[in-house]
Amino acid sequence: MPTKLLLNNEHIPGINTLQVYRNNGGYASVEKALKQMTPEAIVEEVKISGLRGRGGAGFPTGMKWSFLAKPAGVPRYLVCNADESEPGTFKDRYLMEKIPHLLVEGMITSSYALGCNTAYIYIRGEYFYVSRILENAIAEAYAAGYLGSNILGTGYNLNLYVQVGGGAYICGEETALLESLEGKRGNPRIKPPFPAIAGLYGCPTVVNNVETIAAVVPIVNNGGEAYSKIGIGKSTGTKLISASGHINKPGVYEIELGIPVEEFIYSDSYCGGIRNGKQLKAVVAGGSSVPVLPTELILKTAAGQPRLMSYESLSEGGFQTGTMLGSGGFIVMDEDTSIVKNLYTFTRFYHHESCGQCSPCREGTGWMEKIMHKILDGHGTLKDVDLLWDIQSKIEGKTICPLGEAAAWPVAAAIRHFRHEFEAYVMQPSSIKDVKHYYRLNNIEPIPA
Amino acid sequence: MPKVTIDGFSIDVPEGTTILQASRILATEGKMPDAHVPPAMCYYTKLKTSGGYCRTCIVKVSKGSEKDPRPMPKPVPSCRQTVMDGMEVQNLTAPDLLEARAGVVEFLLINHPLDCPICDQAGECHLQDLSYENGNAGTRYEFARRTFDMIDIGDKIKLHMNRCILCYRCVKTAEQITDGRVHGVISRGDHAEISTYIEQAIDNDFSGNVIDVCPVGALTDRTFRFKSRVWFTKPMDAHRKCDKCCGKTAVWLSGNDVLRVTARKDKFGEVEDWICNECRYDKKQIGDWTIEGPRKIERHSVISQNHYESLRQLKVDISNQKKLLEVAHVADIKQN
Amino acid sequence: MLNNLNIMNNEIKFSAEALAIVKQMISRYPDGKQKSALLPVLHLAQAEFDGWLSVPVMDYVASLLSIKPIEVYEVASFYSMYNLKPVGKCTLEVCRTSSCWLMGAEDIVRHIQNRLGIKDGQTSSDGMFTLKTVECLGSCGTAPMLQCGAKYHENLTLEKVDELLDKLATDNKRTTYLDIV
Ligand SMILES: Cc1cc2nc3c(=O)[nH]c(=O)nc-3n(C[C@H](O)[C@H](O)[C@H](O)COP(=O)(O)O)c2cc1C
Ligand code: SF4
Ligand code: FES
Ligand code: FES
Repeated sequence: MPTKLLLNNEHIPGINTLQVYRNNGGYASVEKALKQMTPEAIVEEVKISGLRGRGGAGFPTGMKWSFLAKPAGVPRYLVCNADESEPGTFKDRYLMEKIPHLLVEGMITSSYALGCNTAYIYIRGEYFYVSRILENAIAEAYAAGYLGSNILGTGYNLNLYVQVGGGAYICGEETALLESLEGKRGNPRIKPPFPAIAGLYGCPTVVNNVETIAAVVPIVNNGGEAYSKIGIGKSTGTKLISASGHINKPGVYEIELGIPVEEFIYSDSYCGGIRNGKQLKAVVAGGSSVPVLPTELILKTAAGQPRLMSYESLSEGGFQTGTMLGSGGFIVMDEDTSIVKNLYTFTRFYHHESCGQCSPCREGTGWMEKIMHKILDGHGTLKDVDLLWDIQSKIEGKTICPLGEAAAWPVAAAIRHFRHEFEAYVMQPSSIKDVKHYYRLNNIEPIPA
Repeated sequence: MPKVTIDGFSIDVPEGTTILQASRILATEGKMPDAHVPPAMCYYTKLKTSGGYCRTCIVKVSKGSEKDPRPMPKPVPSCRQTVMDGMEVQNLTAPDLLEARAGVVEFLLINHPLDCPICDQAGECHLQDLSYENGNAGTRYEFARRTFDMIDIGDKIKLHMNRCILCYRCVKTAEQITDGRVHGVISRGDHAEISTYIEQAIDNDFSGNVIDVCPVGALTDRTFRFKSRVWFTKPMDAHRKCDKCCGKTAVWLSGNDVLRVTARKDKFGEVEDWICNECRYDKKQIGDWTIEGPRKIERHSVISQNHYESLRQLKVDISNQKKLLEVAHVADIKQN
Repeated sequence: MLNNLNIMNNEIKFSAEALAIVKQMISRYPDGKQKSALLPVLHLAQAEFDGWLSVPVMDYVASLLSIKPIEVYEVASFYSMYNLKPVGKCTLEVCRTSSCWLMGAEDIVRHIQNRLGIKDGQTSSDGMFTLKTVECLGSCGTAPMLQCGAKYHENLTLEKVDELLDKLATDNKRTTYLDIV
């Protein structure tokens, strides 16, 4: 049985209620942390665990926590990033919906470790119904004395609130999230200062992903050492993977980091292989912003080693032949998929989501979408493909926040690995209809554009 | 005091100085040619939290500091990046940086109407200067440009949103020097626009300064619009006793007619002192002013070339504008 | 341009319960930071006032939070969930991003368009439905999907869409993000 640390109790009926959750070992980390551990000791355990941020960047959580400034007399905040809007990613929603108390427990334990007396969960507005589930869980936790003042008689006080967003991917970027939480437009801030020094309301703030916070619970319960033994290399612990696309069993899977990608795609414990007996064509392994890889490079590295589900293995070969684990949004495409059309949906997405503050992203994303549209319409030229390449290179690295890169990388990777497909669109526009596999699947006549 | 070197020119500056400020000091003190100062379209010394948006001021940091000599991995906005002791910066000396900047300029231009010949700002437009100096000839953008309706913000200010580059200067001016902001940035991404949303007038003694901070022709003075090309007017330093502002202005004359009044700007295009609306709009008689003498326009811009150099240069500039115009979609050039 | 002046004669004012919720929302933030409540209060306002935010409604929200109207316009126009124009009783928000596209979102959109005779962004002539294509809603594993009000409708087929539209039309109720599902 592969180790599960977060979703081990997901199938227990009523696990969303405090009663059942507690009967199954819930809130033990709060008891242990508040009654037996100092905040510093918890931070130390998190460092030892090797836990890396699950929101996409993979920054070591213990180190991030130790950067938090602690000036006297100034409040500190913990903000949970539940904005989850990276296409292909839906694990946070799953976790919050199924086991809301795990997040609440993690927030309490983490807030105690960071010395925060107020914490917020910022959840994307579209998940309104999930925010209600969280609010119910929080109300239960208050009633049971896990939240509020003098928690479990230890003298520690914490208020925890849920804040809903208004619909904007960019609010997943941590400084945009803080702006939004302050009731403003979700414009990313220019850094420095980083949130650890000046975050929410100008006070020191830690922003962590839902899954990161949840992982603090088993780390405190079992110790950082035990956590660090799971996984491989610097990819310790378990990771929630959101699997979608042309697979037999889409869904959220908790994996031990380090299992082979091939096993993940084909094993019946996970994706269960490609639908309808088709062949695999390509995978976007870590959410829309990471480079797409063709079958040969996602199953094996350029050096011929099996590719593993870990931070290091997925990025082996850099962007030439590798990709990133990112947020764990694993999108699988079968042999009939048009990479160009799929890229178009990404390009349109980033254009739609650019906040508009800085010129390369504001103007470049729209320009790329227009060119992609032109190519798909059969009016593209080879020069347009080169122009796309040039535009993405001029966005990358010149923007305020990483959305610029997130928009540039998928374009670069698609052209790098599937240039022939762009050329087919450009040279023989009539081939376009052939790749619209879903028409065939659904027996529908394509409607002329 | 940290020492920073920009394109080989070194200077010691106080802690917390940005690369852009350091290079302006070098140029002002005559220790470095002006051309090495990075162009800045959104940063404004007088406005807190300005800068960082347009990305034209990017530079390459080839050595981070004495302590940590590693180069910085990406180009940095010089208006926001503070110097460290021993930092080495490349601007004109790094061809890859110049190419990256040309990319930024291209982004700023793809949706900007190339209507310079009918734009009131022509001749004193920073984007015009920027594209001459850092851009590539021609455009690779072949789609229809974004268009917005024009808006009158009260009876004194015209907002021509098509030309706006979203530098946020006017919003910050309104927020920081007037007592109530009624205009701001609405919508998102490349639909974002400066707007009052429901076209309220900005009525505040200092609101006219938003015109002076606008680097392009998006906010213009309705009391001056189309009266004359700027290069046919004579800018004079002038002053009057004013109980609201410093009263020190530049008046733009045609013969003895005061066509327009603006704040005085330094060689980096920034206002020296804010002026009030009374001075700007209501004092349009030559007798209202004590004329100090011709204003020296130091900036190496189109305007100074036309004004202080030979007529030949004027012709060159006009033909440059024509060239720019040829590559634009004719349909995009809407009358006014 | 978003210059819609709302021509509503009714007085714009939250109900007593809604006002109590607003008060409670404001209490979540430190003193003086009541602007933080803006996004949640706008959701509430949209649900209370016919599914969209008119200028008078936004001005009312500004007054509740003691901020300037422009601060509300800036925010309301930034986020995609706030409607600045009237919408139908039920807004069908169909995801069109990668995973949903792979699983046939275009067919779903086309089916709705044909059935209702409207295009993306339009409202059916009876004022019942507005069709909106949206970006990834975090339901990629159960694609294709659409959101209507608070509810996610997942693993869609054309038949399921038909059933849903029939049911919504029979219920004839306004759906909002605040619905309990
Ligand atoms: C454009 C953009 C979108 C992001 N979206 C999310 C998101 O939806 N959820 C998330 O947890 N992190 C997101 N991030 C990453 C956050 O900025 C931040 O790194 C993260 O919340 C830190 O938490 P972690 O260290 O626990 O991963 C995004 C970053 C960028 C640049
Ligand atoms: S990169 Fe894009 S999303 Fe990020 S600040 Fe710039 S315009 Fe906004
Ligand atoms: S002047 Fe520095 S980014 Fe605009
Ligand atoms: S792609 Fe449609 S919900 Fe994610």
